Amino acid sequence: MDQKTEREDGVKFGKIVGRMKIKTQRGRENAYGYLFILPWIVGMLCFVLGPMIFSFVTSFTNYNMLSGKFVGLANYKKMLFQDQLFWKSLNNTLFYSALDVPLVTIGGVIVAVILNKSIFGLRTFRTIYYLPSIMVGVGTYFLWMLLLDPSNGLVNTVLGAVGIQGPGWLTDPNWTKPAIILMHLWALGGQMLLYLARLQSIPKDYYEAASLDGASSFRQFTKITVPLISPIIFYNLVIGIIGAFQVFQEGYIFSGNGSGNPAGSLLFYNLHLWNQAFKNFKTGYANAMCWFLFVIVMGLTLLVQKFSKKWVYYEEGGRDD
Amino acid sequence: MIKSRRQKLGAVALFVILTLGAVVILFPVAWMLSTALKSAPEVAQYPPKLLPERPMFQNFAVAWQKAPFTQYTVNTLIIVVFTIAGNVLSNSLVAYAFAKINFRGREFLFKVILATMMIPAFVTLVPTYVIFSKLHWVNTYLPLIVPTFCGNAFHIFMMRQFYRTIPNELLEAAKVDGAGHFYIWSRLVLPLVKPVLATVALISFKGAWSDFQGPLLYLSEPAKYTLQLGLQVFKGEGYTEWNYLMAVSFLSMIPVVLLFFCFQNYFIEGMNISGSIK
Repeated sequence: MDQKTEREDGVKFGKIVGRMKIKTQRGRENAYGYLFILPWIVGMLCFVLGPMIFSFVTSFTNYNMLSGKFVGLANYKKMLFQDQLFWKSLNNTLFYSALDVPLVTIGGVIVAVILNKSIFGLRTFRTIYYLPSIMVGVGTYFLWMLLLDPSNGLVNTVLGAVGIQGPGWLTDPNWTKPAIILMHLWALGGQMLLYLARLQSIPKDYYEAASLDGASSFRQFTKITVPLISPIIFYNLVIGIIGAFQVFQEGYIFSGNGSGNPAGSLLFYNLHLWNQAFKNFKTGYANAMCWFLFVIVMGLTLLVQKFSKKWVYYEEGGRDD
Repeated sequence: MIKSRRQKLGAVALFVILTLGAVVILFPVAWMLSTALKSAPEVAQYPPKLLPERPMFQNFAVAWQKAPFTQYTVNTLIIVVFTIAGNVLSNSLVAYAFAKINFRGREFLFKVILATMMIPAFVTLVPTYVIFSKLHWVNTYLPLIVPTFCGNAFHIFMMRQFYRTIPNELLEAAKVDGAGHFYIWSRLVLPLVKPVLATVALISFKGAWSDFQGPLLYLSEPAKYTLQLGLQVFKGEGYTEWNYLMAVSFLSMIPVVLLFFCFQNYFIEGMNISGSIK
């Protein structure tokens, strides 16, 4: 390829690379490669790396968007030893994550396995189960506030009809987090779709061979299905943990104005962070909280990764990159 | 295999369970619609009635006038269009490089991309806000739009997996004919990866349409509000007009639901290929 044909690329990229007067094939590939990934490099520097360094530096200052002085470890000390809301928000988040992630994952797998069988009306069922996950936006949160109204909400009315006194849900501090999980379980169709895609790639003869050998359906589930979908379960667990730790919107909307009430039960970590950063303008302190969150989520992700070697099964001679 | 009696019974039991589940899932949706059609006294009634006495279809029109919702929809669409353009353009370029161009440092940089997926977005939220406010971009759509032109780790990963299914021989043949990578990408490869482009566009639409936190942080002037922010008007001081709130909520959900059903096949194909390699 000479420069003339590069120009016949007819587009700027070819011209740029052509103008660089790079002779070797290898050099041209490098030039093209970095031109193509340029948007990401800019984004990485401006919106990830730069901000993270900035936030790390300011976490040792009392920066408030206008000015700041170096205060050493004061923000971290205040966070760990003085700010009771910090611990409250961390506990809320841990409790919520520990329930939400496993429940939605297990629910998603079960529904996917059932919807992978040949049943009358399968397409309709799949559509219905998937529907809530594409009903997105603040409207869904408001719908659930209406459904979970303690006195004349639909949920407690139905529970009352079968003789159960429904809880106060979003007005009772003990029930606010289960209320969020209930809403997430309703919308587990998005996860279900991922599992279903994987399930459909499992050859039918695996199961036929297993039934001929007399394996029960439960055994088939634990010995064939679960190992084969374990990479997706693992992936969803990692993403789920990261997502659960960032729960914000649920707390903000369900508590009305970001207060995190009733009794601070909806004050999640990121809501506390948000209030510190954007309501109280304690940017330095909020950045210390950012880094604490970063360390925790990284630690958890690595932990899951470590344990995953025990149960995640990768086809064809081990893990891919 | 011949189905035994036991298997048939099992199938019937499954069908019943699935039907019950479907009712539980659809009931809230029906409730939303039924509330939207109720009059104010009916909403407050105890015990609640399943269906309104007389469905008040005018609620939709009345609710729409309670705030400048047409303006909010236009605002939302502006953000949505730029988000889709940004995501599709930047990620298809970046992913192409990681799948088909052999440049130095590729493997290392791809690991960096995968690692950034693990960084919680909130970690960069506060410092990024400081940057945007110093640029005087707060209360404009720029903080919501510009970053979408800089690539997104999830989309890059998904697209790269899809690009890798395209045989290299095809590209080599074009190279022999003297085509550069930009030509190959725009003329040969892009038409072949339509499903994954559609998937990225769809996910971007869904994300930008339903985003609450971004607009909440960056948009303070009511005239610039998006639909999601605008919905707050019905949650007044201590009193909520549930019928109107549900009416507009319902309307605000229609576009995403419709799009996902229309492009279902594209979407599932796009997810399948990227999902199966994970």
